[in-house]
Amino acid sequence: MARIIVVTSGKGGVGKTTTSAAIAMGLAKKGHRTAVIDFDVGLRNLDLIMGCERRVVYDFVNVINEEASINQALIRDKRSENLFILPASQTRDKDSLTKEGVGRVLGALSETFDYVVCDSPAGIEKGATLAMYYADDAIIVTNPEVSSVRDSDRMLGILASKSRRAETAAEPIKEYLLLTRYSPERVRLGEMLSVNDVQEILSLHLLGVIPDSKAVLNASNAGTPVILDDKSDAGQAYADVVARYLGEEVPHRFIEFQKRTLFGRLFGG
Amino acid sequence: MPVNPREQTAHSAVMELKGGSITLPVLKLLSSDMQRVQDQLKLKIHQAPAFFHNAHIVVDLHDLAAGHGDLDFPALLGLLRNLTLIPIGIRGGNEQHHRAAQAVGLAVLADGSYEAGTSPPARLSPQGAAKAPAPSRLIDHPVRSGQRVYAAGGDLIILSQVSPGAEIMADGNIHIYGTLRGRALAGVKGDQQSRIFCMDLQAELVSIAGHYRISENLDDSARGKPVQIYFLNDSLMIEDLSIPARQTHHGRT
Repeated sequence: MARIIVVTSGKGGVGKTTTSAAIAMGLAKKGHRTAVIDFDVGLRNLDLIMGCERRVVYDFVNVINEEASINQALIRDKRSENLFILPASQTRDKDSLTKEGVGRVLGALSETFDYVVCDSPAGIEKGATLAMYYADDAIIVTNPEVSSVRDSDRMLGILASKSRRAETAAEPIKEYLLLTRYSPERVRLGEMLSVNDVQEILSLHLLGVIPDSKAVLNASNAGTPVILDDKSDAGQAYADVVARYLGEEVPHRFIEFQKRTLFGRLFGG
Repeated sequence: MPVNPREQTAHSAVMELKGGSITLPVLKLLSSDMQRVQDQLKLKIHQAPAFFHNAHIVVDLHDLAAGHGDLDFPALLGLLRNLTLIPIGIRGGNEQHHRAAQAVGLAVLADGSYEAGTSPPARLSPQGAAKAPAPSRLIDHPVRSGQRVYAAGGDLIILSQVSPGAEIMADGNIHIYGTLRGRALAGVKGDQQSRIFCMDLQAELVSIAGHYRISENLDDSARGKPVQIYFLNDSLMIEDLSIPARQTHHGRT
């Protein structure tokens, strides 16, 4: 039985797809068979971030409509044999997703994978609610600013009431906070909410803090999950996140402001 | 049928009898020692003389310990009037109290509602007046933005925080053992005695029986503090609970 992880936020542009790609790759690199699904039907991006956009034949909607089998639609990653990508359809809209269809696909994936990562679209409409409906764990991606924090809070409310686990009164979804685009320097200048500010508002288990980093954009442009850039701060931060998710005790990094050292100049993103 | 104008005048109403509820300060007596009651009351009144000047007041005997059976009603009346208060009735107490109160012209009031002083005291016996409390609703997880929680018929107790954009409502009181950042509406069916308690007030809106205050109008001195919010004298009172050893002069619900 796979563990189903939803990466969600409510707000757009906070780093859901980057996070989905990084975490899926991280889990695969640790030897877990992992599938990552793009739920953003109509605005697909995950294939670009994963660098497999030229190998898409069938997509998620084809599988839901039973026009293709799951194995036909899954794209094996070239860098890790444990990682598979199920891309979204670019030509349909989110109404193509049905609760039964998504349940069937996730059920089938659960039989052969250890982890299924669901990359949720922004918003709280059908795509987003279906992405989180079957989840066991939720990673709430939040930027350190008030509107993102509020949207995350809203998303947490939906997770607590409109998921399968909530409806069947099963053990609730495990919720984790992931702060992205964090800049300790801007926090120091009072331009950004601090980790503590965000945690006080959301009161959520902190899975990790991803520093604001040029490495993320570079990785996206290159179609390489940033976690593979193990020299970059963001790549290391995501590696920590995956380790923490798997139960390892890893101290938090990239939270305190540090003057640029020689090390920083050499390796910093 | 045409109506004779003179007849109409003769029968036109010069009065109406209606039910109504009025909020009054309640003096809860915990002892029958009139001297000590007078001393403590004096101190209270000294803090807000204008508020207590000619204020009508109800004396609540519910919490009067059993040992203090004999209450000197004439002395009580005298001391209240001396302090410019206008006692109008009592609430609770035993039959002996009720007879004594009626002898000095005080009304015997039913619990929660007002009845004429001539109602048979038997109806006001503690057993008859005690209603089974409505069940409280307990929430032990955060109430998130966009969520609504309503406790019908009773109190709402939240053991976590209430996020901005969340709405919590109760027919009775609301207790929040966390930060209140959303909206809290107590007494939504009109119970003006209901209250809101919270550990940290950062609310978007608070309301008691429809009387509300929005965040912008919250006093900065109450913000971020443990407070209780209640309705008194036609206004919403926000009281800092972190100031120790405060005793309120009015009944708690």
